[in-house]
Amino acid sequence: MAHPFRDVAIVGVHNTVQARHLPDHDSQSIALEGALGALADAGVSPGDVDAVVGQFSADDVLTFGLGPASRRFLSLGIPGLLDAAALIATGQADVVLMSAGGAGIYTDRAATAPWTRPAHEFVVGYGLFTAAEFALIARRHMLTFGTTPEQLATVAATIRNNGHVNPQAVYFGRGPFTPDDILASRMIADPYHLLDCAMTAEGGCGLVLARADRAASLRQQPVWILGGGSDSFGPSYQIAPRWDLRGSSADGIPNGYVGRRAARQAFAASGLGPADVDVAELYDPFSFEIIRQLEAYGFCAEGEGGPFVADGHIGPGGSIPVTTDGGLMSFSHAGLSAQLLQRIIRGVEQLRGNCATRQVPGAEVAICSNGGAGALFTDVLLLGRERP
Amino acid sequence: MSGPSRAAVGGERREPTLRPQPAGIPVPSPSRLSQPYWDGCLAGELRFQRCDVCGTIPARPSPICPHCHGRSLSWERSGGTGALYSWTVVWRPQHPSFRIPYAPAIIELDEGWFLMSAMVGCEPEDLDAGLRVGVEFHPAGEAIALPYFHREPEV
Repeated sequence: MAHPFRDVAIVGVHNTVQARHLPDHDSQSIALEGALGALADAGVSPGDVDAVVGQFSADDVLTFGLGPASRRFLSLGIPGLLDAAALIATGQADVVLMSAGGAGIYTDRAATAPWTRPAHEFVVGYGLFTAAEFALIARRHMLTFGTTPEQLATVAATIRNNGHVNPQAVYFGRGPFTPDDILASRMIADPYHLLDCAMTAEGGCGLVLARADRAASLRQQPVWILGGGSDSFGPSYQIAPRWDLRGSSADGIPNGYVGRRAARQAFAASGLGPADVDVAELYDPFSFEIIRQLEAYGFCAEGEGGPFVADGHIGPGGSIPVTTDGGLMSFSHAGLSAQLLQRIIRGVEQLRGNCATRQVPGAEVAICSNGGAGALFTDVLLLGRERP
Repeated sequence: MSGPSRAAVGGERREPTLRPQPAGIPVPSPSRLSQPYWDGCLAGELRFQRCDVCGTIPARPSPICPHCHGRSLSWERSGGTGALYSWTVVWRPQHPSFRIPYAPAIIELDEGWFLMSAMVGCEPEDLDAGLRVGVEFHPAGEAIALPYFHREPEV
């Protein structure tokens, strides 16, 4: 049987300027710049788009005069990409546009960013926000396996150093960082220091998919979707974010390894395994989340993620370089959905082989992710240079 | 990093570093399903739901059992004691109305269910996995009381 996404190509990607603050933009206007940039990268006219997926999808239908067109406005990041691919694979669309952006939404700097502090009845009175929720997950791993703050700091230093050398990163030139620098930053929510946490920024981005026969005449070498999956244990930031939270599935995967099922699905669809992956554009809201994902996806055994990162596997030249543009910690985190899409965009750039910094030589297969155990969901995507 | 020790200072017993939050923090808005839980907090008792058929305790008030999918669940009164499952100590408040440091904590109640709460009445360095804890309630606004947990005296 042919691969379900054999006829789906990623043909355009773009990041707008990313900055701590973009005073001339709001979320919709910077997302539009992301959309236009991705269309230009692909060499596709806006009028050729017949489906739009993501944050401002309905607006884009009107803005570009596309109606009647397909749209998926609740699909963001990796699930959005998989939905977009399905629109093409099932004959509902030929060219799909995805865009995202965040600007002008974090204004009360006395509080943490608005997207970090949902006000649900069972968490609101305890001052929870994302750093605290994710700390409750990390603590359990530290208690169970002896994972150390130094190992967490090694992750943060590695990713921040990727951003330090990336001229497009918001925190370009802010390093280099050692693990000791991370540990010396002020405590936010123990074990997370300031530099263990994602940043806040503003920016937009876009991505274009096309049916394979159209891709042949476009500007860029296509990148292909080898597999993907989406795992959830329930609503984010409403109940205790517990490592051992389990549903009734027979495999018994706990929330601490949310994303494992998705990774297994992605690997099964591709016929590949962790050893075949050249670069990992993993979602990095907090340093421990990288250790957790390496274990969840099978890059190392349960409990060995701390020593694995300490041994240099995730840095430049390592066995599995991670989050090579600087990620949410150093590249950008615009807060709505742009940072979700940006993991995919970096995976595409790595497989095109033209990253200006931290290019993994000859990268053929990339894994990308969104989410985290503190938020009870993780999405996984496998991309390749070779058509499946 | 950590607060002053619990030891008496100058003959006076100092207030513990971890305390209930003052008035003015954002407070919960009960839902139709959760109202019995919040009514219990006001009455000074911790309540939880259990499935009448299979005994499963859902992760939050629920109209259906997540295990057997039965539609009949009953509210019970918890003994209010349990063990510390996970915690963090927050030094950057999510909103300025919260006094730092504070210690969000996941409590494993002795009936076998889990609750998001916070530790009070002790120092950050007192927190440890499996620490025996007990519930106490503090008003947090109009008609809302929040459950917090303290260390149980050692037996």
